[in-house]
Amino acid sequence: MQMYDAIIIGAGMSGLAAGIRLAHFDRRVCILERHSAIGGLNSFYRHGGRDLDVGLHAVTNYAPKGSRSGPLSRLFRQLRLAWEEFALAPQVGSAIMFPGLSMRFNNDFELFESEVCRHFPGEKDNFRRLMAQLCDYDQLGQPHTGRSAREVVGEIIRDPLLVEMLFCPVLYYGGAKEHDMDFGQFSIMFRSIFFEGLARPLAGIRLILKKLVQKFKTLGGELRLRAAVSRIEVKDDSVTKVVLENGAELEGKQVLSSAGWLETMRLCDAGAAEPGDRNRLSLLESISILNTPPRDLGYDKTIVFFNDSEKIHYERPQDLADVRSGVVCSPNNFDYGRPMRENVVRITSLANYQRWAELDQQEYQLAKLRWYDRLTASAVRFVPDFRGAVIDTDMFTPVTIRRFTGHEGGAMYGSARKRYDGTTHLKNLYICGNDQGMVGIVGTILSGISIANRYLLKG
Amino acid sequence: MTAAEIKKAVLEILADIAPDEDLSNLKEDVPFREQLEMDSMDFLDIVMELRKRYRIQIPEEDYGQLASMSSTVKYLDPRMKDVVKKEI
Repeated sequence: MQMYDAIIIGAGMSGLAAGIRLAHFDRRVCILERHSAIGGLNSFYRHGGRDLDVGLHAVTNYAPKGSRSGPLSRLFRQLRLAWEEFALAPQVGSAIMFPGLSMRFNNDFELFESEVCRHFPGEKDNFRRLMAQLCDYDQLGQPHTGRSAREVVGEIIRDPLLVEMLFCPVLYYGGAKEHDMDFGQFSIMFRSIFFEGLARPLAGIRLILKKLVQKFKTLGGELRLRAAVSRIEVKDDSVTKVVLENGAELEGKQVLSSAGWLETMRLCDAGAAEPGDRNRLSLLESISILNTPPRDLGYDKTIVFFNDSEKIHYERPQDLADVRSGVVCSPNNFDYGRPMRENVVRITSLANYQRWAELDQQEYQLAKLRWYDRLTASAVRFVPDFRGAVIDTDMFTPVTIRRFTGHEGGAMYGSARKRYDGTTHLKNLYICGNDQGMVGIVGTILSGISIANRYLLKG
Repeated sequence: MTAAEIKKAVLEILADIAPDEDLSNLKEDVPFREQLEMDSMDFLDIVMELRKRYRIQIPEEDYGQLASMSSTVKYLDPRMKDVVKKEI
């Protein structure tokens, strides 16, 4: 049987990051990935000869080169990577659009502040008070305050429309629960989008993954693809070995799982889900390939968060999806300094996993076509109509997300209830990734780093 | 290793952990925390790099001794006396 100091389940952002930390400090570490590709939720694929991304719209927590503080700098320091390696290009400018009202923002917070003050002059002081509160939380400090973000924000901001417009991007980029989230989580997400900002490498998510894997392997780490874990064997209160679906057995002094809380518990037969764990939310995404850059069609925004009424319905739809609200992203609209090869518009809305999972093969294919049309038709109420320029399309459904991530219910952003301390009922089993509490590319990477530091590198 | 070699070793570690910091004007007696943009994760890395590179075990209750360059060198000096300098 093969012996390791640490076995990591899942070669997504958090697993790879934890692997780098452990390998850097001379641990014998093996990462097990069920798929033939790495990345988990954030992955990439070829479609019709084109390189496309899954998951990533933008990396949040942007910081320019030379920044010495903040989550992104911490990430680079901890992984001993240079800023240039992720080659992040900042966004050109985004917007939150509600009926008759659009608020722009970019990576300079002053623009967003001035937009809030212009559209909601009576809320100027309240908004500043809220911003001061949001600054009090540290990414690695206390993400959990035990207070509802709706409550805290609602006490400070009087105008319900402004509250909805502030929640819209934060929920879409990190809400694992319906309607609301913990105020600490809200603070971290808000800062990562508005104070720090959005960016993307020209080559997309594959560049970030490639850098992480290269680093891991250079340090002597072992990565096994197509290595699905079938069970974690337990004796007394410890993991004894990890058994793969192909029958291979691995022994690890410590095991770190990024497979998700429920999924990990099931692997060690501690199955029962608690009521608060299930995340009811999943997403539907359309990918449109255009014959011309979106900018030529008048679409010059990086991200548009849209909602067609005064209230956002961040909840599981009754129908297959709910296109009243969503997120439009053009990966072309980042400041790369040179054009991207493909011209792409991606649109994301909330979807119901159960409904998609029940469809038979033919219904599923039809539903993909029907909902592509609905999703794009809804979005072009807010952004220039690009449909005449479409030369190819693809669709991601909750079923696709389930397949890529292994997460029950095609859940995005992990379990509804977070396990911030990363421990389990077993002495040498820990969890990291979205279910540990931090979301977003940078947040998830920091989750892997901090759990590795806190437990696996001690002693 | 001599005190001067230990200081050089610590500087090398700092340069790896915080490549964007200018270490040329680092003051000996002023805490790192006041001169460098470093958090608790970075401090833990100094301890771990010392262990990795020189096999020096520093118990958690002694972490406070690594506050500044002069206190770090003073603390490490008896512990690293017998360490043979490695050429990196």
